[in-house]
Amino acid sequence: MIPMDSSKLGRSMYELMMRTSTELPEDVTCALEKAREREPVHSTAANTLDIILKSAELSRANRLPICQDTGVPFAVVRAPQAVDTAEITRALVSALKTLTIEGVLRQNCVDPVNGSNSGDNTGPHVPQVHYEPSEGPIRVDFMLKGGGSENVSTQYSLPCDELRAGRDLEGVRRCVLDAVFKAQGRGCAPGFISVCIGGDRASGYLVAKKGLFRKLGEANPDVDLARLESVITEEANMLGIGPMGLGGNTTLLGCALNAAGRHPASFFVTVSYSCWATRRYSVELDETGGVARWL
Amino acid sequence: MALRRIRSPMDPETAASLAVGDTVLVSGRIVTGRDQVHRYLASGGESPLDLTGMVLYHCGPIVVGDAGSHRVVAAGPTTSMREEPYQADVIARFKPGAVMGKGGMGERTSKALVEHGIPYLHATGGAAVYLASCIERVEGVYLEEFGRPEAMWVLCVRDLPALVTMDGKGASLHRHILDRSASMLKRVLESTLTPPRT
Repeated sequence: MIPMDSSKLGRSMYELMMRTSTELPEDVTCALEKAREREPVHSTAANTLDIILKSAELSRANRLPICQDTGVPFAVVRAPQAVDTAEITRALVSALKTLTIEGVLRQNCVDPVNGSNSGDNTGPHVPQVHYEPSEGPIRVDFMLKGGGSENVSTQYSLPCDELRAGRDLEGVRRCVLDAVFKAQGRGCAPGFISVCIGGDRASGYLVAKKGLFRKLGEANPDVDLARLESVITEEANMLGIGPMGLGGNTTLLGCALNAAGRHPASFFVTVSYSCWATRRYSVELDETGGVARWL
Repeated sequence: MALRRIRSPMDPETAASLAVGDTVLVSGRIVTGRDQVHRYLASGGESPLDLTGMVLYHCGPIVVGDAGSHRVVAAGPTTSMREEPYQADVIARFKPGAVMGKGGMGERTSKALVEHGIPYLHATGGAAVYLASCIERVEGVYLEEFGRPEAMWVLCVRDLPALVTMDGKGASLHRHILDRSASMLKRVLESTLTPPRT
């Protein structure tokens, strides 16, 4: 085992979560600014985007949570086998508890049986930390995804008669546009969607959610999927749902399509919706647990 | 469509005069309530304070500090549709002056809004710090046993911005956008993708 400096690692995880909750990522901010330029002056859409951008700026300047729903903590850790991954989990949990006390994270973990709030954002299967062995360096991806946008995320099983969606990319297009339509403003539009084509019911949601870590402007290496991403984004924006569902030209800021092998009998299309306040950061750590660089 | 400054609690005439498309700046005392509060009030629970004319805000704020020094750091709206099973009963029993949240509400609530002549106000989801900056102070908290996000927070606000999206005459911006986007979706789906290269 490679030992890490636990106080350094603790500070890194604290900073990762602090940034995620309080600083809207640069690519998201840019997309919102561009969206505002597309809306007529003094329209509801432009006013809404103005309030959104002003609020995000206040959060950044004062290190306050962008949204009061600080979401479900979700981490993906990539590290060589020799790294003590349990220590990384301990550091993540400890940072989570500290930031909850400091009011940077809301108390968001409720017991589903008796309704009690654990008060510190931990509970059975919470937080989720997914490990993926890698050659290194150590990389931690962290996301806070709000309940409203999680609630409008959904899964389709193809073929689907109602949508006239078959087991092909045209079927995928029909499902994704249906998901955007059904979400209306409830997922806090304009949002992002990440889709898993294929997989099983469980991997579909996981792959789709992990796809939200892909920044806007990072092209999909698959040409067909890249093309479909543009088509879906353009068509979703023709629906007129607009910021917060109050009407406007921007309903979707971006779309990421991912593929996972499927069982011959199954064809799932899983849509993970993420609100305008898409909060995710990735950091690379050095062998002592300190921040090597922000990704 | 006008910019209106309103005070909570408000009188029935003001509530009835607000129409879809009006932008409002809310000042005065408002009270938060989300899932647990709504379930409690709709199932016979007594309100710990008089809600008559008040703006009832669907919000689970982040609050730091103890009683006497409570400070709200983030207070955006939550999805109102989750209160749809309870909202009409809560309106009938407690006569609030307006309901505020995000995403709009269903037909049953729309009927209750008409019956009582009150509007639904839409606040900007996620703009939590901006909206919290409109809160001057926390007057008090009730039902804290539901957990902080679910408690009833009485907040003194100044110029909190919102849009009237459902009104006491039965109009709804949400219904309009839903219908319009449905016909647009139908048009978009009339064409199909050209098949990908093989």
